[in-house]
Amino acid sequence: MTPPAVVDLLRELAPQVLGALVRRHDRFEGCEDAVQEAVLAAAVQWPVEGLPANPRGWLLTVASRRFVDQVRSDHARRAREAAVAAEVPPGEVPDTDDTLVLLFLCCHPALTEASRIALTLRAVGGLTTAEIARAFLVPEATMAARISRAKQRVRAAGGSFGPPVGEERVERLRAVLHVLYLIFNEGYTASSGRELHRADLAREAIRLTRAVHARLPADSEVTGLLALMLLTQARQAARTTATGDLVPLAEQDRAQWDRELIEEGVLLAKASLAGPALGPYQVQAAVAATHADAASAGETDWAQVHALYLVLERIAPNPVVTLNRAIALAEVRGPAAGLALLSTLDGDGRLAEHHRLLSVRAHLLEKAGDVAGALANYRRAAKATASIAEQRYLESRAARLKA
Amino acid sequence: MKFLISMHINPAVLDALTDEERAALGAGHGEFIEEVKRSGELIAMQALVDPSQAAVVSVRDGRPVVTDGPFLEAKEHLGGFYLVDCEDKARAVELATRIPDAAIEGLGVEVRQVMFADGQLEA
Repeated sequence: MTPPAVVDLLRELAPQVLGALVRRHDRFEGCEDAVQEAVLAAAVQWPVEGLPANPRGWLLTVASRRFVDQVRSDHARRAREAAVAAEVPPGEVPDTDDTLVLLFLCCHPALTEASRIALTLRAVGGLTTAEIARAFLVPEATMAARISRAKQRVRAAGGSFGPPVGEERVERLRAVLHVLYLIFNEGYTASSGRELHRADLAREAIRLTRAVHARLPADSEVTGLLALMLLTQARQAARTTATGDLVPLAEQDRAQWDRELIEEGVLLAKASLAGPALGPYQVQAAVAATHADAASAGETDWAQVHALYLVLERIAPNPVVTLNRAIALAEVRGPAAGLALLSTLDGDGRLAEHHRLLSVRAHLLEKAGDVAGALANYRRAAKATASIAEQRYLESRAARLKA
Repeated sequence: MKFLISMHINPAVLDALTDEERAALGAGHGEFIEEVKRSGELIAMQALVDPSQAAVVSVRDGRPVVTDGPFLEAKEHLGGFYLVDCEDKARAVELATRIPDAAIEGLGVEVRQVMFADGQLEA
């Protein structure tokens, strides 16, 4: 087992070393393999032999050697060998921060989301293929193939080591934030078996988002996303019972919420709203901050939550947003108003028979006193979900109504 | 997202295939396996022996009873499956359309999302 301090250090250094190496050789695919090998070597050697005087330099030297070995053994590229071998051995890593550039490359539009996630965790997060495979509960061979295919795609699409500019940069940053958001959710909503590994993903997403925020402190969506993650993560301990059953927001023990994360999250959420542009992560963070503000569920400022969802509906229309607004509306104006808004979603193919729509409808029908309707919808929702924890929760609601 | 793509075979339909058709079926699976392995989507694939080789096990009054033959009194039986990890259901369905069984009348290919999993995936 590699000690946590060494793991943290390696994850911190891996993208820096990769950035330096790609700058020198301009071949992301091979450099990424070389860095991964160097990180694995360090994870084995450092705990035994102690930290080298210059860990970053050590990694860069080892990775460079691996890269040169790789080029040497690659017959098709013999011609390049002389050029690479003749290069001066690496000294100190240049003081260039490539974290963002690497993130942009890993979230290349030629890649599927699943591949972007895997590549980001490996190339920027410094996780090993085995760790990523464990987190996503797939065999290492499957994850290795996915990562190698992703790197080939980036190369084939002409992904170059240089940040995109203009509108493309805006788009790419959006893709990066979405990937970080997905990684966070994958970890946060973990409900079965090897929970620990998956909880790591939420922490990892926060760490990477912090890194992006440190480099782009003035980008209010980055700030908003970080705030959203912290405010969500703050509720983690209260979100499930000891036996793994889900606890809805209204019934959570708020004393279990992490005040430190909330404080930081609220500050960030406020700071993000002061920015010039308003984006969906900022608004979602504001919703989370509103919930965090309430000492008890009964004291929630639902009018504000509803107003925020109205804003979100306008800037990022999406049936799930409307669904969330219906919950807030029901709290402000009663279940009938919420149900009326829900009925506008019935024709939406994206959500028809979706378990979230069914469970929200069940919840509002229950509030309205329609026991039979609530029961039927809880049962349909329980059948429609793919999450065991959610299914258990929905079945328990149904059982409670039957009693 | 993990999906099980199950293949429901009908031995009578398979028996009626010509040698060429049978060879094409095997080759089609071979190509498909290579493709999903390369893309990093295949977790596992298993094909089962003929349903006539199945044993049905039940326990009555604490005593095990074992009878030969398949459980379902149907023409179609589970013939094997692919376990894949892919982007979403649409992608799983797209993968299923490339399984050669899907193009043969009388054979069924079904896609269902995995809800809970445990056990060694490293094997």
